[in-house]
Amino acid sequence: MSVDVGFTHNPPATRLLEARAVSAGYGGAVVVDGVSFHVASGETVAIVGGNGAGKTTLIRTLAGMVPCLGGSVAFAGADITGWDTPRICELGLAQVPEGRQVFAPLTVEDNLRLGGMLRRSRRDTRRNLERVYALFPRLFERREQLAGTLSGGEQQMLAIGRALMANPVMVMLDEPSLGLAPMMVEQMFTTVSELNREGISILLVEQNVAESLRLCSRGYVLENGQVALEGAGASLLADDRVRQAYLGF
Amino acid sequence: MIDQYANIVAGGLLLGAVYALIATGLNIIFGVMRVVNFAHGEMVVIGMYTGYWAWSLVKLPPLAALPFAAALLFGLGYAFQRLLGNRFLTAPQHVQFILFIGLALMITGLHAMLFGPEPRGLQSEASFAVYRVGFLRLDATRVQAAVVAVILVAALGLWLRFSLTGKALKAAATNPVGGRAVGIRIPHLFAVTAGIGAACAGCAGVLVAPFFDTQPYLAADYTLLAFITVIVGGLASLPGAMLGGLLIGVAEALAAYTVAPSLKSLFSYALLIIVILARPVGLLGKPGDAH
Ligand SMILES: Nc1ncnc2c1ncn2[C@@H]1O[C@H](COP(=O)(O)OP(=O)(O)OP(=O)(O)O)[C@@H](O)[C@H]1O
Ligand SMILES: [Mg+2]
Repeated sequence: MSVDVGFTHNPPATRLLEARAVSAGYGGAVVVDGVSFHVASGETVAIVGGNGAGKTTLIRTLAGMVPCLGGSVAFAGADITGWDTPRICELGLAQVPEGRQVFAPLTVEDNLRLGGMLRRSRRDTRRNLERVYALFPRLFERREQLAGTLSGGEQQMLAIGRALMANPVMVMLDEPSLGLAPMMVEQMFTTVSELNREGISILLVEQNVAESLRLCSRGYVLENGQVALEGAGASLLADDRVRQAYLGF
Repeated sequence: MIDQYANIVAGGLLLGAVYALIATGLNIIFGVMRVVNFAHGEMVVIGMYTGYWAWSLVKLPPLAALPFAAALLFGLGYAFQRLLGNRFLTAPQHVQFILFIGLALMITGLHAMLFGPEPRGLQSEASFAVYRVGFLRLDATRVQAAVVAVILVAALGLWLRFSLTGKALKAAATNPVGGRAVGIRIPHLFAVTAGIGAACAGCAGVLVAPFFDTQPYLAADYTLLAFITVIVGGLASLPGAMLGGLLIGVAEALAAYTVAPSLKSLFSYALLIIVILARPVGLLGKPGDAH
């Protein structure tokens, strides 16, 4: 699963997502400050950092939910800077938002269907439902249950399943392991690598630094809205600064 | 005596069904966007004029004019929401209030400018037809209006409940962040909601045009009526709007008959006060839905 890191100095053949000096914030406060990074096609990339580093804001900026104040974002060969979210989703960039954000008063299956409402995916709803149910048999068992009554782990599966309904080329996951029991966390990371094996590119935002850097080919460390460190997952794991700040040894 | 009251109650129920349609429009807009449409009565009056002119100019009967009124009001509601309404969703309530009052004044003013203040009656031969059921004598136009109104409310309820768009509306209303994250086009959906709400009012307007004379200043009465209906039935509840409409219709009919036609709202207000005191969320409202 891990990609040969020797290639990082050559420009990768296809940069699926590329952020160039992206800045964003809220009402005058700059929260993401000139962040540049990229995800190559088929890659799994991690962005790690502490509370308030700007990870969620970065994802929401890439997704068009927070205005981009500076810099540019390119996805699948298109300059998507300033596009609105539905249009970005139509290109195949899906997200699993922070806090899951499932539709509590709707059933599991309706949540999934709504994830597949886009033009790019609505004709494949039935096939995608089967795919998601095969990946998460638990969701199949609970397909008539209201999403608000699911456990945290099940809601996370639902949020991932909902993103998969959109036929994504790439999925951005914002802290999918947050609030899950250790066993569920393990399963979550396994699922993410399974998705990657199916050919979906992954941007994984996590506070679970050890697990996510182990899983990803490359990683970026975000601090105060800026990229403080970047490199192959394994070399970041071995980096003294990362070990001290995030791994505690 | 009994059959007299039976006729009055029946007439009230028929009109109440149309009130339910008006209230349903207000309810849908509130349920999805948490916005109170203070120009709702004006949209009823646009529908009434549509019915009036369709008959006066091209002899199109109200039932045939219905799709045109629905399309016109849907378009107006959609455009309003897209151009203005969506910008005011997060505005403080008094700002929204001023927006809608301004809209209401503009529509009423336009009606007065274009068509004058005089009442305009839509009289066709159908206006005098009567159905007899036992000792009941029911105006044909009122029966038609009630049947169409009930069908529209029921169809809308089913569509909201079972269609994917209806579910998307519920999703966007309860979790806009999640809705945006999966690419639901919320500004469009909200505009559709405003269009549907306005179309309900417009259809109701066409339906009552055969038996109520149309004039610009009726609008405020309809807005008030819709509020009373919604509060009695329950905010954001479609069955509540239906129940509220029927109750208000009957209350009006009884007050007009037993007290005086000019005091027809007397019992409606009494009902309103009782409901507010005894069950503030409305008869079929759920506590979480009222603010
Ligand atoms: N909607 C908002 N309005 C104003 N400020 C915000 C908003 N959302 C986030 N912020 C601020 O922006 C900064 C970065 O927040 P962000 O949510 O992007 O961090 P994060 O890295 O995702 O943190 P966490 O790991 O805790 O989720 C924080 O200081 C936060 O207070
Ligand atoms: Mg976050």
